[in-house]
Amino acid sequence: MIRPPLGPFRLASGGRIDRQEPLTFTFDGVPYVGFRGDTLASALLANGVRAVARSFKYHRPRGIFSAGEEEPCALVEIGEGHARVPNCRATVVPLEEGLVAASQSGWPSVNFDLGRMVDFTHPLWPAGFYNKTFKWPNWKTWEGLVRRAAGLGRPLEGPDPDRYEQVNAHCDLLICGGGPAGLMAAQVAASAGLRVILAEQSPDCGGVLNSENIELDDQHGSDWATRTVSRLREQPNVLLLEHTVVTGVYDHNVTTLLQTGQGSTWRECLWTVRPRHVLLASGAIEQGLIFPNNDRPGIMLAGALRHYVNRHAVVPGTAVVVATNNDSAYQTVFDLLHLQVPVSAVVDSRESISPALQKRLQMAGAELIQGACISDTRGFGGLRSVRIARHEGTDLGHRACDLLAVSGGWAPRVHLLAHARGTLRFDEPSQSFVPDRLPAAWSVTGAASGMQHLQQTLDDAALAARRISEQLGHPADDLAVPQVTRGMVEPAEVGAQRPTASRKRQWIDLAHDVTLGDAELAVREGFVSVEHFKRYTTTGMSVDQGKTGNLNAFIVLGALTGRATGEVGTTTFRPPYVPVTLGAMAGIRSGEFYAPRRLLPAHLMHQKLQGQFEDYGWQRPDAYPRPGESLHDAVQREVLAVRSTVGVFDNSPIGKLEVRGPDAARFLDRVYINNVSGLPVGRVRYGLMLNENGVIIDDGVFIRLAQDRFLLNTTSGGAGRIAGMLEEWLQCEWRDLRVLVDDLTTQWACFTVAGPRARDVLTALGTDIDLAPAALPHMAAACGLVAALQSRVARVSFSGELSYEISVPARCASALLEAILAAGQPFGIEPYGIESLMVLRAEKGYLHVGTDTDGSTTPDDVGWGEVARRKAGDFIGKRSLERPANRATDRKQFVGLEPIDPGRALRPGSHLLIGADRQPPAVTDGWVTSACHSPTLDRAIGLAMLRGGRSRIGEIVTVCDEEQRFNVKVVAPVFYDPANARLNT
Amino acid sequence: MLLIKCPYCGVRDQTEFRCGGEASRARPDHPEHISDPDWAQYLFYRENPKGLLRERWVHRYGCGQWFIVSRDTVTHDILDSLPMGDLPPKGRDAP
Repeated sequence: MIRPPLGPFRLASGGRIDRQEPLTFTFDGVPYVGFRGDTLASALLANGVRAVARSFKYHRPRGIFSAGEEEPCALVEIGEGHARVPNCRATVVPLEEGLVAASQSGWPSVNFDLGRMVDFTHPLWPAGFYNKTFKWPNWKTWEGLVRRAAGLGRPLEGPDPDRYEQVNAHCDLLICGGGPAGLMAAQVAASAGLRVILAEQSPDCGGVLNSENIELDDQHGSDWATRTVSRLREQPNVLLLEHTVVTGVYDHNVTTLLQTGQGSTWRECLWTVRPRHVLLASGAIEQGLIFPNNDRPGIMLAGALRHYVNRHAVVPGTAVVVATNNDSAYQTVFDLLHLQVPVSAVVDSRESISPALQKRLQMAGAELIQGACISDTRGFGGLRSVRIARHEGTDLGHRACDLLAVSGGWAPRVHLLAHARGTLRFDEPSQSFVPDRLPAAWSVTGAASGMQHLQQTLDDAALAARRISEQLGHPADDLAVPQVTRGMVEPAEVGAQRPTASRKRQWIDLAHDVTLGDAELAVREGFVSVEHFKRYTTTGMSVDQGKTGNLNAFIVLGALTGRATGEVGTTTFRPPYVPVTLGAMAGIRSGEFYAPRRLLPAHLMHQKLQGQFEDYGWQRPDAYPRPGESLHDAVQREVLAVRSTVGVFDNSPIGKLEVRGPDAARFLDRVYINNVSGLPVGRVRYGLMLNENGVIIDDGVFIRLAQDRFLLNTTSGGAGRIAGMLEEWLQCEWRDLRVLVDDLTTQWACFTVAGPRARDVLTALGTDIDLAPAALPHMAAACGLVAALQSRVARVSFSGELSYEISVPARCASALLEAILAAGQPFGIEPYGIESLMVLRAEKGYLHVGTDTDGSTTPDDVGWGEVARRKAGDFIGKRSLERPANRATDRKQFVGLEPIDPGRALRPGSHLLIGADRQPPAVTDGWVTSACHSPTLDRAIGLAMLRGGRSRIGEIVTVCDEEQRFNVKVVAPVFYDPANARLNT
Repeated sequence: MLLIKCPYCGVRDQTEFRCGGEASRARPDHPEHISDPDWAQYLFYRENPKGLLRERWVHRYGCGQWFIVSRDTVTHDILDSLPMGDLPPKGRDAP
């Protein structure tokens, strides 16, 4: 077979990639080949692609800096069209056949970016630049331009085609991290019988064992990891989740895990796990070094370089320099020299280095420069050389190199611990924040707790797992801990960061382009608290959340303000640990599944009647347009039908609460502003409910079915809320009242037959209820047979017409509606929808709570003040009505509006101004709450809340509808049949 | 997300419950006889302690019962849950 081209920087052998399975992919339209086992980053490096992104602010070319989710630079877009995902870190994207990736910043291209104008004018863009550079004429002038230049990727257009899942799970022990510590602990805990979930963020467990040349019991570490994983997979009490990041820890130790579904039918799965105990085995993150121009492509973390060399068999350079402040980077030197890759110099910022290490380096043949640092770098699209200087200033000249491996020490990955409110302390020898006090039900092991030695990590992980198992009541057996027979160079004593004095920019945060100069400026301007410092400089606020730079920022801030780093402290770690897509948070709850659809019991009938549906919490017909008829015209027609003959409306969603018990009347007297106990059996009354602040929260009629039994109608949307409120008063406050509340809303279907011929329709339906006005007057109710169905009939009206509400068990809904339509046919009955009802009630000036009222409306504001004042006993909200603000005379009051030009439509939300000379901007005098074209009056009408409205009847006020102004006349809020003659027929 | 013990149903997820605020709140017996400031005290003022707090919760998507939860507002530890009736009727004597 023909061997695929390896790529210029790929080694012929070694690594954990499958050279037999080449994968083609494109980056910025150029085709490349990588292998199974590659990440996008390793494949790009193997192909010699150096600049993969432009930086956030200065648009400088950036390369691949790390080998994990901490990547600050290599943000790319994956996929095309609607499936395109912005802001992916190339370092964690597994390579797949046909992968399409693109650099997301840089215009017109990543190699030639006009945005780099910012770089050449960088003194104009210091920290807080938007308050400084862009003051003239004002920030708004520049904002659009700056925002366009600064974005991170483009948002998706159109619906997301991917599927997302969510899972809830419980376990005894959640292990965060599947490196050597996590695997060791999982083994022990699993053998003790704990239910274990182990989450590992990479596609395979093993951690450093997969990227370093470590041997355990004389075998390669990755083999031990593979064997351990397959053993764990066999155990039914272990759930091993690879490609899964623990993203956050919340109250009571609830944790969220984001799983990537490689090759699954779903893209991501968000787990919510309730563990009894959490073991943090998340390792540590290598930090960068601060020196002038430390951001060029070709500058990479030393550990990341080992990862690419050992795991992916990629050496992304030909001449290497290593710069470090600790011992661990020496492992990179040894690994490279072992592969005969020349390392021209090791620049160590520390003055003294262990003699053993010095000797090993000497034997390997690399030059060591102690007490020195990088004083500059060159190379626009990629590194060409570095300049080295001693701390005291002696220049040691340039070194040609195309790869600079840096190590600024290791920061334990303590984010999750901090989410759980564990505390941290600064550890001087390792120059990092390590766990201090642990939260309840938490343990930390391995590098996450600051351990450096692998053997210590394995021993401690096994011990921690035993301890946890015993605590949870599962004593563990002794389990052999593997012996490290070949280790790696550990960081040992870490030297403090020593930025050189230079006028050139030295980056602290590569992702957000924050430099040492920005830090100095922030301190000069007084932003010395770490939280202020972060926000002013924006350090650590990008996609990577400063995983490779924050520690340096805290150290720098300490140095600039003469404080110890421990005194500076850290900013607050908040979830999520890595970016979580909105898709994963939504799960399946989008589109059709966003909310349950509630259908009317006679839904199919309404469909047959060509109802035009809208979601009002229930799927309800707005109206029933005829073919070719607009919704507006249909509404006008339906309203006229009700006014002139008769119509039928499906009112089934109306809230129906049954309240019964010896104290029911006493209780409801306290609930409504109206008198309830005086209502005779079989009679109906309209009532308003307030909250304790005196604000109207619901309205509706109530029927006294028996001395101790009432049926309350609430607004359709309010049924559950009001039922809950009644329960709260009964259970928490008035426990002595013997009352039961039942929400029967869905048990009963309810149809309103309204119009001058309504009584004729009921007679035609056939009923044993006496319909004579004297027997069943307005606001009375009776039970009996209607169309041979057991029914309750109430004479109540929301239209102003003679109106019967017929309630039947929900299962009889379609039968009753069919019967009504048939019986009404000779009278020209028409079904009418909710839009038509809204016009009918507006013509009559009936209040619609929540539309005409808001969170400040009292009974007096809407004309019910007298009823509330006259009521003898106490009721919820009564005392608040006496507060001075509620008794003020200039409150907004419910009025009607008639435009001077009767054809001029009002729009709800338009503001009102009293006085011809008043013009916006001005304090509003009120607003339009409801408006429509009244077909009955053939003119535009509106309802409004107007300052002191009741005393302004007859006055002309100005409507402000966006830029338009026109005049309306204030009238009483009833446009039709003010004497209620039609109701009482 | 808290784990809350309903005295009637047992330990359940917070999403099944709704919090009704401080349990020490009690409606004055004769609102009409008290001053505006006293009424405002009942309406708007809360203890809001840093530490142990007694709250009303309702098992909204369960049995529908209100009960009293003792919660540490700093750690969110839940110390106990009591049926409403186990407290003095007015609930004023919360610790």
